[in-house]
Amino acid sequence: MTDQEALHTYALRLADDLLILSHRLGEWCGHGPVLEEDIALTNRALDHLGEARNLLTYAGQVEGKGRDEDDLAYLRKEREYLNVKLVEQENGDYAHTIARSFLFDAYHLPLMEAMLKSKDEQLAAIAGKAVKEATYHLRHSSDWMIRFGDGTDESHQRAQRALNELWTFTGELFVSDEVTSKLVEMGVAPDLGAVKAAFDRTVNEVLAEATLSRPEDGYMATGGRQGMHTERMGFILTEMQYMQRAYPGAEW
Amino acid sequence: MMGDQNPITEERILAILDRVKDPEIPVISLIDLGVVNGIDVSASGAVTVTITPTYTGCPAMDVMKADILTELGNAGIEDVRVELVLAPAWSTDRITEGGKRKLKEYGIAPPETTADIRALKGKAPIVECPQCGSEDTVMLSAFGSTACKALWKCNTCLEPFDQFKCL
Ligand SMILES: [Zn+2]
Repeated sequence: MTDQEALHTYALRLADDLLILSHRLGEWCGHGPVLEEDIALTNRALDHLGEARNLLTYAGQVEGKGRDEDDLAYLRKEREYLNVKLVEQENGDYAHTIARSFLFDAYHLPLMEAMLKSKDEQLAAIAGKAVKEATYHLRHSSDWMIRFGDGTDESHQRAQRALNELWTFTGELFVSDEVTSKLVEMGVAPDLGAVKAAFDRTVNEVLAEATLSRPEDGYMATGGRQGMHTERMGFILTEMQYMQRAYPGAEW
Repeated sequence: MMGDQNPITEERILAILDRVKDPEIPVISLIDLGVVNGIDVSASGAVTVTITPTYTGCPAMDVMKADILTELGNAGIEDVRVELVLAPAWSTDRITEGGKRKLKEYGIAPPETTADIRALKGKAPIVECPQCGSEDTVMLSAFGSTACKALWKCNTCLEPFDQFKCL
C-alpha cells in the first residue's frame, strides 16, 4: 500500500462515518419528538454532511482519478463504503438515536482535537473547522444522556437498553490496521490509543452523572472499515443514491 | 481593459463586496461577517477572492460565491475567481463591531463572547434580549433556524429570539 492509497482510504473512512450518520439523523426530519430536537438533529446532520463533503472532496483529490464528492457519495457500491457499523444502525427510539450520537461524539471530538496537529495540512484544516462543532455536538448528546438516565424509570431503562445494544459497535472505532499504522507513523493520523483514553473518560464521566452503567466489553462487531456492513446499510444506500441512479448527473 | 478612471483595486473590490449580503441574514455584508480571507488583483486585472465557510455545512456558501460573481460582474469586473479555503478557519470573532450592531438591530443576538474553545466548554453565557435588552433570558435549543443560530427566549418580554452561535 502506497502512502497515497493509505491517505485516500483514511479520508474515505472519516468521510463515510459522517455521511452515513448524517443520513440517519436526516431521517428524523419532521419526526422529532419536539420541534427543538427536530431542528437540532437536522442541524447536526448538516454539520456532519458538510464535514463529509470536505473529506470526500479531499479523498477524491488524493486519489487523483478525477472523482469528486458526488461521485464518491452517490456512485460507490456498498462494499466500497468504509464507515463503522455504529453509524448505520437504525434510529430506534430517541434514546437510541441519542446514544448512538453520544458514543460517536465521544470518539469524534478527541479525534478532531488530535487531528489539528496532523502533518497533512488539509486534514488539519478540516479538523480546525470541525472541532468546535464536535464540541457543540458532544454537549448536546451528553445533556440528553444525563436527562434520560437521570430522568424517569422509563427513560432510564430506554437509555440503558440503547447503550447495551450499541456497545458492541464501539470497539471498531479504535481498531488499528495497516492504514492507520502507516499514517500514525507519518504524523498524519492521530494515535487511536490516545483517542480511546479520551473516549473512556467522557463516557465514564457522563454515564456516572446519568446514573447509567457502562456495558461490559464483550464481542465487538468489526468489518465496516473493510466494507463489510450490517444488513441495514443497503437500505440506506438505496434511499441515498436513488436520485443519482435514476437521473445520472441530475443537479438542482 | 478598464480605463484609468476605473482601475481595479483591492479597495474598490472591498467596497463592492460590502454590498453583497449574507443570503440568510440580509442585513450584514460578507465584510461584516468576516468571511473574506483575501483579495488578489493580478497585473492583468484578474481578480481572486478567497472566502472561508462560516460553518462546515453552511449551504449559504454556494450562494455567496454566486452573489460575489454577480455583484462584481455588475461593476464591470468580469475576470473573477472565487476560492473557498478552510484555513485560517472562520470564527464568530471575525464578525466586525458594525456587523454585531446590525445583527442586534435585526433582532438576532450577536455572539456574546470570544469563540475560544474554552468558552464553549464552560457554563452558559449571559445573552441579552435583542428586543428589550433584558438579561433574563434562557436558551430553548442549542440549534436554531440555520446552522449559525441557537434559539432563545426572553423571560421579560416573553419573545423568542435567535442568537448567533458562538463558534
Ligand atoms: Zn426581551
